[in-house]
Amino acid sequence: MTSFSTMSLYALTVKQPSATQDAISGDFIGNGKQQILTANGSRLAILEVSRRQKGFHELYSHDVFGIVRRIAKFRIAGGTKDHIVITTDSGRLVTYEFVSDEKEKAFKTVHFETFGKSGVRRVVPGEYLAADPKGRAIMIASVEKNKLVYILTRSGQTDIAISSPLEAHKPQTLVYTLIGLDVGYDNPMFASLELDYSTSETDPTGEAFEELKKELVYYELDLGLNHIVRKWSEPVDRTANALFRVPGGPNAPSGVLCCGEDSITYRRIFNNESSVHRLAIPRREGVTEDPNRKRTIVGGTLYSLKGGDFFYLLQTEDGDVFKLTVDAPNGTVEKIKIKYFDTIPVATSICILRAGFVYAACESGDRILYELESLGDETDDPMFESDQFPVDPEASFAPPFFKPRALTNLTAVETMPSLNPIMGMEVANPTLEDAPQIYTINGTGGRSSFRTTRNALEVLDLIESPLPQNASDVWTTKLTIEDETDTLIVLCLHSRTLVLKIGDDVEEASNTGFLADTNTLGVQQFGEDCIIQIHPKGIRHIQGIQFPDDDAVATHMSLTDWQPPAHRTIVACATNNRQVAIALSSGQILYFECDSDGSLAMAEDEIALDSTISCLAMPDVPEGSVRAFFMAVGCTDQTVRIFNLSPDMEGNILRSISVQALTSPPSDLTINMMSDKSPRGHSQFLHIGLRSGVYIRSVLDEMTGDIGDTRRRFLGPEPIKFAKVTVAGEPAILAMTSRPWLGYTHPRTSVLQLTPLNYIPFKSAWNFEGSQFKGIICVSANELRIFTFNDLTDNTTYEMITLKYTPRKMVGYPDQGVFYVIQSENNTLNAYTRHTLLEEADVKKEDDDDAPMEIEVANGDMSNGHDKIDELPPTEFGYPRAAGSWASCIQVVDPVSDKAVTHTVEISANQSLVSAALVYFESRGEEAFLVVGTAKDLTFQPYKYSGASIQVYQISTDGRRISLFHETDVSDPPLALLGFKGKMVAGVGRNLCLYDCGTRSLLRKAQASNCVPTRIMDLKTQGSRLVVADAAESVTYVVHKDQVHPNRLIPFIDDTVSRHATCAEMLDYDTTVGGDKFGNIWLVRCPQKISESSDESPDGSDLLVDKGYLGGTANRLDNVANYFANDIPISIQKTVLLSGGERVIFWAGIQGTLGALIPFTSRRQHKMFQQLELQLRSDDKPMSGRDHLAFRSYFNPVKSVIDGDLIERFLVLSRDKRESIAAQLTGAEWSPGMIDEAIWNMRGLYAF
Amino acid sequence: MADKLRAQQQLEALQARFIGVGSGDTNKHEWTSNMQRDSLSSYIGHPPLLQYMSIGLGQSREKTRVQLLERMIRPVGPPPEQQD
Repeated sequence: MTSFSTMSLYALTVKQPSATQDAISGDFIGNGKQQILTANGSRLAILEVSRRQKGFHELYSHDVFGIVRRIAKFRIAGGTKDHIVITTDSGRLVTYEFVSDEKEKAFKTVHFETFGKSGVRRVVPGEYLAADPKGRAIMIASVEKNKLVYILTRSGQTDIAISSPLEAHKPQTLVYTLIGLDVGYDNPMFASLELDYSTSETDPTGEAFEELKKELVYYELDLGLNHIVRKWSEPVDRTANALFRVPGGPNAPSGVLCCGEDSITYRRIFNNESSVHRLAIPRREGVTEDPNRKRTIVGGTLYSLKGGDFFYLLQTEDGDVFKLTVDAPNGTVEKIKIKYFDTIPVATSICILRAGFVYAACESGDRILYELESLGDETDDPMFESDQFPVDPEASFAPPFFKPRALTNLTAVETMPSLNPIMGMEVANPTLEDAPQIYTINGTGGRSSFRTTRNALEVLDLIESPLPQNASDVWTTKLTIEDETDTLIVLCLHSRTLVLKIGDDVEEASNTGFLADTNTLGVQQFGEDCIIQIHPKGIRHIQGIQFPDDDAVATHMSLTDWQPPAHRTIVACATNNRQVAIALSSGQILYFECDSDGSLAMAEDEIALDSTISCLAMPDVPEGSVRAFFMAVGCTDQTVRIFNLSPDMEGNILRSISVQALTSPPSDLTINMMSDKSPRGHSQFLHIGLRSGVYIRSVLDEMTGDIGDTRRRFLGPEPIKFAKVTVAGEPAILAMTSRPWLGYTHPRTSVLQLTPLNYIPFKSAWNFEGSQFKGIICVSANELRIFTFNDLTDNTTYEMITLKYTPRKMVGYPDQGVFYVIQSENNTLNAYTRHTLLEEADVKKEDDDDAPMEIEVANGDMSNGHDKIDELPPTEFGYPRAAGSWASCIQVVDPVSDKAVTHTVEISANQSLVSAALVYFESRGEEAFLVVGTAKDLTFQPYKYSGASIQVYQISTDGRRISLFHETDVSDPPLALLGFKGKMVAGVGRNLCLYDCGTRSLLRKAQASNCVPTRIMDLKTQGSRLVVADAAESVTYVVHKDQVHPNRLIPFIDDTVSRHATCAEMLDYDTTVGGDKFGNIWLVRCPQKISESSDESPDGSDLLVDKGYLGGTANRLDNVANYFANDIPISIQKTVLLSGGERVIFWAGIQGTLGALIPFTSRRQHKMFQQLELQLRSDDKPMSGRDHLAFRSYFNPVKSVIDGDLIERFLVLSRDKRESIAAQLTGAEWSPGMIDEAIWNMRGLYAF
Repeated sequence: MADKLRAQQQLEALQARFIGVGSGDTNKHEWTSNMQRDSLSSYIGHPPLLQYMSIGLGQSREKTRVQLLERMIRPVGPPPEQQD
């Protein structure tokens, strides 16, 4: 007997993580240009930067289904492109070649070398990776002990052979960093910073620990002997953390830059004291800066100029970038020099491209592309040389200072929006749009922001011009078939038609021959040089419109009018260059073709239908034929019928071919060619829009007229109208309902993508091809607009509001459409101290230059009398640091109407804000209160605080201002707060407490002491039940009993697995979904019996007598699902994402991931996906060499979750592979097309 | 007897090859240090975890990484006095 799990979920990534682990520049295509390779989460992506396109775009990306740890490049001698080498948690070293040709773009695996266990472990190499600059060897190292070297040689013309690994292990030695040295064509050398702790291990006195030395170790790979030797080592600065390579070879110095706290030292192998040069790292000058704080280098890059010159850009933890140059005439270093360059956000990787761009993969917030304006030689910032500083970092010296300033040498060109890091997320709909929006708090320090993310395409507005009156329809048309651009815009105003000519500007055209005082139903360029206008009373056929004088006065050759039979009007029409079909109010359809002279020839046959015809559609004339083959007719009897237009076997036309029944009358139809996954690359599609707002796309077979392969989706609550458009060179369809949507083929997966536009709603649009630009023309009331699209790959738009400090939690107040964000910044001077320091400095300055001040006052151009010393803008420069100090504030953010922060409350008592909740206290009436938990003097290593409190704020009636009501001291920091049954529960350390609001303080009504083993992190509730998430021990369910006095809070069930929970959400009364610090998502459920018995007794006396089991509560939760997401879930929510969509579990990860877990509703589907996942695991093995099943089971075995990201790999596989996988699925017959549809439904109907 | 000898040899080989394979003489300090070092290297090696901690500490990832590495040197304090 097979048993099924009661729940199964489909895990989809909606937004890929945007935290960069590593980024390098290199020529991976081999076209002589440089690209950027980035590793984000488990994804490798190649970005192309070009001046022409103004910025970057993603060339290719691939999910490797492994934790990417380091990436590097190498180019073997004589090679034309850089190869990629990555280390992941797979225990394998994998190298790739990026293949990019017309047919496909792909990473082709070159080497696949297993060296150790999988997983991120202490002694399994992979933490460090270095390649020889000449591409002859690769070294990988673990944090402790192990190092392996692979030798790369060329075998044959193109193949690269890899040797078996050489070992260079040293036990009880920690590695801080590893680089490949540039030694020209001598034996390859690697340098690492190591620390051997073995002496401290056996010394109980601790003296040996104090005397431990950090060493710079040189490893030489002897290519002749095939042997690696630890060539030389020397002790360096104890704080050293980073190494940078110094170019070598003829006339170049070779060696390393060794960076540590407050020091950058040049060293080379076998050096003596005199050839070592040291620089101190310049410190910021400023009244708020601590002059004794030492900086460290956290990142940087070497850049070699043509002709052998080189320089470094090195970044400190403040974000200040320094340019370091080396004076090395004849290859011997004489001194090194350092100069302030610019300040950019702290980046994990900085890439300088030869094209003059600098890419900063910022640790927090948007990634930025800068353009190098100059190399920093002209600025008058002080330059410091190594002569000024002693070699010994312990010796005293005068610390160097510089003044930070705005960007001078760099200009920001473009930003790549990134949500990383997400600190909180809520899906809500305060703006009352069709679909809810995703609100997140992101970033750290001065780069913190509040973002609104919507599923929409960003639109670029080109033209916006007013019209004399409201227009209902718009067309554009060419004059002759040879024209490349459109000349006329035809607008249908209220029973009037307006013709505009597109020239240098748009003006009204006269004498065009168009019938002006009527509604227009359709406009079409017909035959060679004719235009037809279809209006309710007939068809006007105009031949040879011309604009002879380049002005707006036209001439035309002849005019013909065709009138319908008496008492009938035209209700719908469909046209193409050679065919016209019109539907009459009587239910007849008349059909015309283009004569040899361009006039209309009516067919003898006609169609007569019983029901009213609402719409017609006809494809364009296929290339090489004289007519389109089929016509689609939409009738009010909820059908769409297909008729043939080309004679069939018996020579008949206008015969019914097929009928499609619908759920609602069709409102519009259209037929076009769109690219897809078929072998030809494109197919003919019939688009049906229903009055109910449902959009249907089906393949309309070009030969037989059969309808198949249908996709269906609800777009909005109004009838749908279509416009055929061209977007990014590809045919697409614009569907207009309550808001406009674009249906297009996804550039990468070639499946249908439906995305709403981030634009005003409009009712009519047409494709626009002008000589200057191409786009889409639309009319909305009395406005004519032309717009185009930026980018079809990103289907989300962002709005951003800057916040002050690192946001910690957010609380929505849906009634008022505002959010309260609590923000705290560690080791930072608070606002009050900053102001005092600035004011003191101001006063001092005022005293110093009294005289000039008076002159200024006399001149009257300064209200203040003198320059105020301004604070540096924190978005670029961050905040001044002070160890142990907290800067905190609460901000009220209005993302709906003001789109700004409306109120800020600074907290000055060195308190860190740790939690927030919106609570309605029963005892205080209808009013809502903002409750905030604080911790005083909080430190994490060790976890310590001098006090903790809960602050209650009163909220103004419009929700936009808050004022402190009272503050209550508690024993531990309250990390979780929640409004509960007209009172409030707080997780105070290990205790769960119930509070009511008094006039002077909170009043404790009940408490469950030591409710959880570690610390309460999150609280959720339904009814009388509370779910309490613990920092290390998963969740505990607690029941509240209010029939006894005092009230009781009784924990009755907890989990068997220790999960370091970060967030939790109740899915139903018994089930909880949550995330933990290791990147897992899990579902646990309370067994039915225990759930019922917990609510049975009114006073909980029977629960109290239950004996605890193994140090926990009496009962244990069942595990329902487990999944490793490779990102730490920060918020999790059960919500709807689309208008008319079903509910999904939506989560946000710290690295910027947005993901959804979708419950399966059909067992048949689930079975198919399960088999498909199994097949893909073996037939499309992850590129990292990681076993997919093991990856998703990283900490806990994956259970009841199917990886949608892996499933979607099916869409991009080759045709043969798709066929073979589909053939292996058992149960039902599944064709690749049906699988595509099932995959599309999972994403299209639930997420985006 | 030979079996016992081989088992002994195998154990010794494992101890030489892998860090943290204990023996009857493993004391609390060795065991806890080993565990702490494993944890610390895991914090360094998992990018989201390192980022999580860096944000909490309000500093750059590189600084947190170096701090964690420094803690790996002597994670649980000096070893106990030898008792002979």
